[in-house]
Amino acid sequence: MKRTGLLTFLIIFIGVIYIARLFYLQVLDNSFNTSTLNNSAVKVMYDYPERGYIFDRNGILLVANQLSYDVMVIPSEVKPMDTVAFCALLKITKAEFIEKIEKASRYSTRIPSTFLQQVSKDDYASLQEILYKFKGFYIQKRSLREYPRSSAANVLGYISEVNETMINNNSKYHLGELIGTAGIEKSYEEVLRGTKGVKFIQRDRFNKEIGSFKNGLYDTLPISGNDITLTIDAVLQQYGEALMANKRGGIVAIEPSTGEILAMVSMPTYDPNLMVGRDRSKNFTKLYLDSISKPLLDRGLQAQYPPGSPFKVISALVALQENVITTGSSIQCFGGYKYGSGKSSFMRCHCETGGSPVALNVAIYRSCNSYFANAYRKTIDKFPTPTEGVNVWGKHAESFGLGNYLDNDLSVGQKGNIPNGNLYNKIYPNGRWRSTATISNAIGQGEVLTTPIQLANMTAAIANEGFYYIPHIAKKIKGKPLDKKFTTPIYTTIDKKHFKPVIEGLFDVFENPRGTARGSRVEGLEISGKTGTSENPHGQDHSIFIAFAPKVNPKIAIAVFVENGYWGARWAGPIATLMIEKYLTGKIGRPLVEKRMFEGSIQEEYDKQLK
Amino acid sequence: MRSRKDNIFHGIDWILVLFYFIFIFLGWINIYAATISENQFDLLNFSTEYGKQLIWIGLSFPIILLILMFEAKFYEKYASIIYIIFLVLLAGLFVLGKNINGSTSWYAIGSFSLQPSEFAKAATSLAIAKLVSDKMFNLKKLSTQVQALGLLFFPAILIILQPDPGSALVYAAFIFVLYREGLPFYYITVGFIALFLFVITLILGFEVTLISSLVLFICILLYFIFYRPRAFRKGWIKIIGIYLMSAMFIFSVDLVFNHVFKQHHRDRFDIILGKTVDMKGVGYNTNQSVTTIASGGFFGKGFLEGERTQGNFVPEQKTDYIFTTVGEEWGFVGSSLVIILFVAFLLRIISRAEQQKAKFSRIYGYSIVAIFFMHFVINIGMVIGLVPTIGIPLPFFSYGGSALWGFTVLLFIFIRLDANKTYEW
Repeated sequence: MKRTGLLTFLIIFIGVIYIARLFYLQVLDNSFNTSTLNNSAVKVMYDYPERGYIFDRNGILLVANQLSYDVMVIPSEVKPMDTVAFCALLKITKAEFIEKIEKASRYSTRIPSTFLQQVSKDDYASLQEILYKFKGFYIQKRSLREYPRSSAANVLGYISEVNETMINNNSKYHLGELIGTAGIEKSYEEVLRGTKGVKFIQRDRFNKEIGSFKNGLYDTLPISGNDITLTIDAVLQQYGEALMANKRGGIVAIEPSTGEILAMVSMPTYDPNLMVGRDRSKNFTKLYLDSISKPLLDRGLQAQYPPGSPFKVISALVALQENVITTGSSIQCFGGYKYGSGKSSFMRCHCETGGSPVALNVAIYRSCNSYFANAYRKTIDKFPTPTEGVNVWGKHAESFGLGNYLDNDLSVGQKGNIPNGNLYNKIYPNGRWRSTATISNAIGQGEVLTTPIQLANMTAAIANEGFYYIPHIAKKIKGKPLDKKFTTPIYTTIDKKHFKPVIEGLFDVFENPRGTARGSRVEGLEISGKTGTSENPHGQDHSIFIAFAPKVNPKIAIAVFVENGYWGARWAGPIATLMIEKYLTGKIGRPLVEKRMFEGSIQEEYDKQLK
Repeated sequence: MRSRKDNIFHGIDWILVLFYFIFIFLGWINIYAATISENQFDLLNFSTEYGKQLIWIGLSFPIILLILMFEAKFYEKYASIIYIIFLVLLAGLFVLGKNINGSTSWYAIGSFSLQPSEFAKAATSLAIAKLVSDKMFNLKKLSTQVQALGLLFFPAILIILQPDPGSALVYAAFIFVLYREGLPFYYITVGFIALFLFVITLILGFEVTLISSLVLFICILLYFIFYRPRAFRKGWIKIIGIYLMSAMFIFSVDLVFNHVFKQHHRDRFDIILGKTVDMKGVGYNTNQSVTTIASGGFFGKGFLEGERTQGNFVPEQKTDYIFTTVGEEWGFVGSSLVIILFVAFLLRIISRAEQQKAKFSRIYGYSIVAIFFMHFVINIGMVIGLVPTIGIPLPFFSYGGSALWGFTVLLFIFIRLDANKTYEW
């Protein structure tokens, strides 16, 4: 038995060992990960879809596509070659060549990477004829952005190459692909991008392509991105940019009845076409490094300023809501408001009412600091502790979309600031503060900060008498309904009845002979608005203006910020009213004012800041 | 009415025949998968590899009939003549042989080549069966041992000289046959110890192996001196002798490995022992075959769906590496099934061999089990990266007419002998 059993034993023994080994190799061992296996046998080629077009609200084309040619490289297939000739052909230096090859190899030696982006059409023609000599390189067609109107750069944003972190976090992107990195391109990347087509090509062990993998079973065609129609009015946008020339600041115009953003100007800006083509990175670096005028900062969305006088409207509405004032109650103003016993406890006022009774209407059109300081103080003092008072007041203000992100479809934003009681408890740790310590809030100074879009939205809420729609930029997306949140009104905490008298006051800012914006009145248009002059530590006061028109059934609500523009009526007022005029009538009846805005420059003030 | 004896199919073991057809069928399917990518899809195109293999398979049927037609007695009677004929044919290769891939192993008749070494296995099996089955033959005696080993030595050395050392290695399988028939166990022991020392020496280098074996030897010596003084006094010469033999063997392994082996032989061992990791050069075959098998996963990628098979990543895939196709396209399920089938097939032959009344049939049966086993161990072991690269085919699976016919002849002679077991000789 012993003799006969040996071979039987060995056969079974070997059989078990081999099955165990196969089990280890085929089932347990993950080092033979299928994806790397596939990489070596199957080559993946991408077919890039055309990015979606972007139109303005009236169908004017804002962003189109142009064909571009990228030189691609598969590092493992590069053979020794005449590097000097190659560099000369592509107009790059040897050092750049080495750097690019190394970068591509780091990503993958087998997967194609972009070697050189966006070769011009002329270069493409000459390259195509000679590139076959350089193994491992080929040309990939891709569509690039084109901006026919050269405006609204801050709105549209730009696309750029994905960076390595993005690739690692998102398997949809590969090295060298383009992704929206700002503006609409970023916030609607998913819509605009489309789906790239994939072709799988079977290779043999010499890396030779031997036909399509499984007869193209897994191949897909590229699906073009969807077009987007913006809420932006391209004509108004461009007009706003022209008005803001040589000034810094932002304009945001909103249609109150829908929350659609009609214009969103940020100055200084740049030609969006600079972000396309081979000089893109040079241009981008230049814009990026400009820390003085910050052209890449969208001032309409990101710049936080103290809102100044327009904020008085909120103070008034809150005081009305809290029943601490009535439309008829009045105060007297003698050039200021004394809120304490100390000498410094005095808020100066330029309303020049000379002691005559100041009620709500007058207070608004004369922008009386004393009135609103009084209303604010009464509001806070209504509550047992100032903390509580400031919190209630803050809640009301926040219901206008202030002090927080608007949760909209724009890629950037800032919260602004509406202070609450805790903030002051921190500043005055012993709880020894009273309403007077925060009195500056009443007139939009102090701790209050807003961005132009918040201010425009606030104006829209006032124009709507108590509600607003989240300001948004997309009007129509092909093949996709608009997000419900943009069509749902958000109500403020102020009752509708309180808006009427306030709006009357705002109307009188233009209509009353002593109104602060009397000079910006437009014949035939019922504009309501409020001037503002915001003190700031950087230099000259900012010029601010909010307005909406017409008074009944308003079509446009606007906020204008001009940095260091002295006072509201000097720059922001005329610009706001010109914008309204342009939007509502399509023509300008005040050519002189318009010319003054086009040509006016505050560069002098900006230069001062550098000294 | 034909008598039972005249019916050539009478008494044959249909289970073995079924195994044969299963193997042939599976083999052809995988050859088809491995070669389809190089050719147009055309089932009956006989210029393709899978077409040619179909011809070899078709032609194996007349061969089977021919084998079954002869009386079992014929094979015993003419065993030595057949053996000598094949020795002559092997020797004749040095004069008339055709050189393919560096070995002069083929006779070319027109475009058609035959490899006599594939058939020499059957001839040698017959000769061994005839020699050992002699009633006067006793494997306990040294002279008969030399006789048996000599009989194996001639075909083996002729094949080594072709040179085709892989095919010659198969002849080592006969040690199991001889052991079954009475060869002392220490031949097996010595064989395994030699294999063990060989591998250890290659891994650790001969200095380390020598020193560690010396330490081991001294320990054993001390054990005997202090605890078994009587046994020591009786057997010290033996102990020292064994040690000296081992030491010499270790030394000669180093000598042979570094001075007799060619670089590519050394590389093959180094890859399996994990000493060289060169996936593109010398390790390419092993790396590709192991990766291809691993890529199959549990269920495999499906027939003709293996992209590494279709991409021709594995060199010699249709011949020696045919098992990679099984591994990739049929996965763990398919490849372990093939292994189980082989194990069952081998055990079936052993069980039939043990039932033989005639010693000749039994020894022949054992011979072919040993040969199939050797091919199975080396070929699949090589493909899954457990055995160094030794190019011998997987029985019934690998592409090639000579191999297929050689294995067919090997198997069906046994089926013929087995069918006759109940009859008088």
